[in-house]
Amino acid sequence: MESIKDKVAIIGMGTSQFGELWNKDVDDLIIDAANEAFEDAGVEPKEIQAAWLGTMDSGYTGQLLSSPLQLQYIPITRVENACATGIEALRNASFALVAKAYDLVLVLGVEKMKDLGFGGLLAAPGKFHPVYGAQMVAVGRYAMAATRYFERYGLTPEKGKEMLAKVSVKSHYNGARNPKAHLKREITIEQAMGAPIIAWPLGLYDCCGVTDGAAAAILCRTEDAKNFRHKDDYVTIKGFGLSIGPGWGKERSDYDYTHWPETEVAAKMAYKEAGIKNPRKELDLAEVHDCFSIAEVIATESLGLCEKGKAREGIDAGDFTLKGDMPINPSGGLKSFGHPIGASGCREVSEIYMQLQGRAQLPERQIKNPKLGLVHNQGGHPGRFMAGVCIVGLP
Amino acid sequence: MIGIISYGGYVPFYRLRHEEIGRSWGKKTGQGERAVAGWDEDTITMGVEAARDCLQGMESKTVDSLYFATLMPPYSEKQSASIIAAAINLREDANTIDFAHSRRSGTNALRATLDAVGHGSSKKALVVTADCPLPPPDSPGEFIFGDGGASFLIGDSEVMATIDGSYTMADEFLDFWRLPMDRHSQSWEDRFVLDEGYMRIFPKVINGLMKKYNLGPKDFTRVVFDAPDPRSHQAMARGLGFDLKTQVQDPLFQSIGSTGSSFASILLVAALEKSKPGDKILFANYGDGGDAFILTVTDQIGKRSRQQRGVTGYLNSKIYLESYGKYLRFRDLMEWEVDRRPPPRTSLPVYFRESKQLFRLIGQKCSRCGHEQFPRQRRCMWCQSKMEAPGEYEDIEFAGKNGTLFSYSMDERAPVMDLPSVGCVVDLEGGARYYGLMTDRDISKIKIGIEMEFTFRRINDAQGVHNYFWKVRPIRVK
Repeated sequence: MESIKDKVAIIGMGTSQFGELWNKDVDDLIIDAANEAFEDAGVEPKEIQAAWLGTMDSGYTGQLLSSPLQLQYIPITRVENACATGIEALRNASFALVAKAYDLVLVLGVEKMKDLGFGGLLAAPGKFHPVYGAQMVAVGRYAMAATRYFERYGLTPEKGKEMLAKVSVKSHYNGARNPKAHLKREITIEQAMGAPIIAWPLGLYDCCGVTDGAAAAILCRTEDAKNFRHKDDYVTIKGFGLSIGPGWGKERSDYDYTHWPETEVAAKMAYKEAGIKNPRKELDLAEVHDCFSIAEVIATESLGLCEKGKAREGIDAGDFTLKGDMPINPSGGLKSFGHPIGASGCREVSEIYMQLQGRAQLPERQIKNPKLGLVHNQGGHPGRFMAGVCIVGLP
Repeated sequence: MIGIISYGGYVPFYRLRHEEIGRSWGKKTGQGERAVAGWDEDTITMGVEAARDCLQGMESKTVDSLYFATLMPPYSEKQSASIIAAAINLREDANTIDFAHSRRSGTNALRATLDAVGHGSSKKALVVTADCPLPPPDSPGEFIFGDGGASFLIGDSEVMATIDGSYTMADEFLDFWRLPMDRHSQSWEDRFVLDEGYMRIFPKVINGLMKKYNLGPKDFTRVVFDAPDPRSHQAMARGLGFDLKTQVQDPLFQSIGSTGSSFASILLVAALEKSKPGDKILFANYGDGGDAFILTVTDQIGKRSRQQRGVTGYLNSKIYLESYGKYLRFRDLMEWEVDRRPPPRTSLPVYFRESKQLFRLIGQKCSRCGHEQFPRQRRCMWCQSKMEAPGEYEDIEFAGKNGTLFSYSMDERAPVMDLPSVGCVVDLEGGARYYGLMTDRDISKIKIGIEMEFTFRRINDAQGVHNYFWKVRPIRVK
């Protein structure tokens, strides 16, 4: 097995505005993200040789992509991996480049969430069952991890909720400085802790936005990257990890809900490919899958960015803020930037891409001289995850 | 001698104070309360509860037949007894029959089991009766009715009470009825209905029994009988010469309410709970005529260990509905805001394929690594070895296993009638783990480590189908 390190370059990225976009349909989201990526890379749509589309439930077949972009008879693969869809589209496109099946490809993740009339997911990911798992949704399932985390580390509900509140306060702080984020308003710890409960112990501000959005990337092999617009300023893929759990953790009495085994495995794979020994030291920033505040806490630990049970100390010390030694979710995260299911993985990569290139829109949110970033994108729920990790860095 | 081998009772967890009903309608009321079935309960699930209580500590495979009686079958066309038989894991060749349409159906079923055991077609026959009467909002019935069930295992050996005699009478008198398309039953002017119905017919039944066996009111230790309301109950006792203080079983109008076809049976369970060997019980039920029985309590009543929770056990385990509005939600008695979420779905082929685990809650134990597990797998979720052929795994009944709460969450927006919806993880005796929903819970008492038990529930209704499955609840009676 060879590592993918530095074999694939991202030469352009784009994101649509994220938010409740009542006047945009899925085609608009695709066009907005793709146009920006084409422009960023200095590439015309007709130059794209193949494409990978990630969406969970906004449409079927590659035609969802070819149709609005007027792509003419090229191969397009539709990829789905629940909330970890975006990173999976990127991963598969990268492999096609490494195999030299194509030279220039488009990756696009998209989800149109807000045409439904209610908050929440379009469809429950997973096999349909009339009663097993019925009436249980993502927030309730993640909340059970929070309950368990509090118990395991001896946190009173008050202390536990305070820890989670600090995560969300940080996400909103970062999101408020990100022009394309969905939720651009800072909140206080008091607001977060006093917010209406969605699924105890998680309150409103522990939950990510339900958001429309799309994100796109244009990739080529690294040796070709100099031929495009960002001659010396592209970024490269350093490693991928993907781990699909068997999904029975939630029914196995040896699982404690306070760590994400799938994430641990995926991170290990990605670190190996990237040659990372000490992720906390070597990584300069990370975008982690924070669909809920507790998810960020546990992902931070499971990715090895801090010791198990120590996330709270890091949160209190400000380690994970824009100015900390290990900024996590500088974009605002899924929490504040928004979480259109199929788009999130690509969107997370776009944050690292911009930060590495020093192109974060506002100086106050630009991290100083980052070289290596991590993207963590995860579908399913505690005990039943599919986790993707991607390391992106300067060449 | 044919008689009752075991009894079981069931009273749902929820109570509604009569005062709360009165307050909603601007009426002065007494201090009583009524039992209210949970939003995820119906006569089938309450029947399952009563039957499980009755069979506690016994092998359900020895039961040859199950006769179920209710006025409110969840399906008008489709047997209820077969669902109950599956949930309590009876043998495939158990004879299942539904009785319905009359308040008397509970004792109709009892009589039929006596015949079956007497005839020898069944060695052990289970009578299950449960009801969930639905009085119209703001009607006197709201202070009279309640929800619950009872069950008796009938056989001809090791009985705790022999059934020594019976009398039955049919009388065509229209006093209470319900049309197929109606949710609520109807009646005629109460003076007529009571005077010419209950007060005229029922004495003929009870006196008929006493005359047939040459007994008088003083020959009975305890008298247990149906009545349409508390006042008529007292009048009947007095009229027949029974002493209210010493002989007559409390009709529980102030604590449960009349549970329709299961009412008399619940009262009999309550009476048996405090009976001693040698007690003679008169048991009578009214409706389209009446049924009456003579029972003699045997010394088995003391011998058989009292594992049954019975009516008293369940009566003491309760939580009050904080408002009449909650009751309206539970019984779906109003028109609600349209939910923008997609309606629930079902799939009959899924139920067909998974009948063993969805109704009978039968999981597996891997023969290789020994881990118990649920839901059912074709490869072990622990050691990944095959669990297909006999010998590769063992079927394990989970319904009787208790567990401890490992984690939980309380969802305030789930599509259920009683928020929050409590999701939970429960570590079961034997090492398996249940991941699902908690019901019959007092939110203030939920914490990691509390003991849990299984309960069969109606999860939701989808595409015209009632979706049944198992939930867990904090152990109700210890």
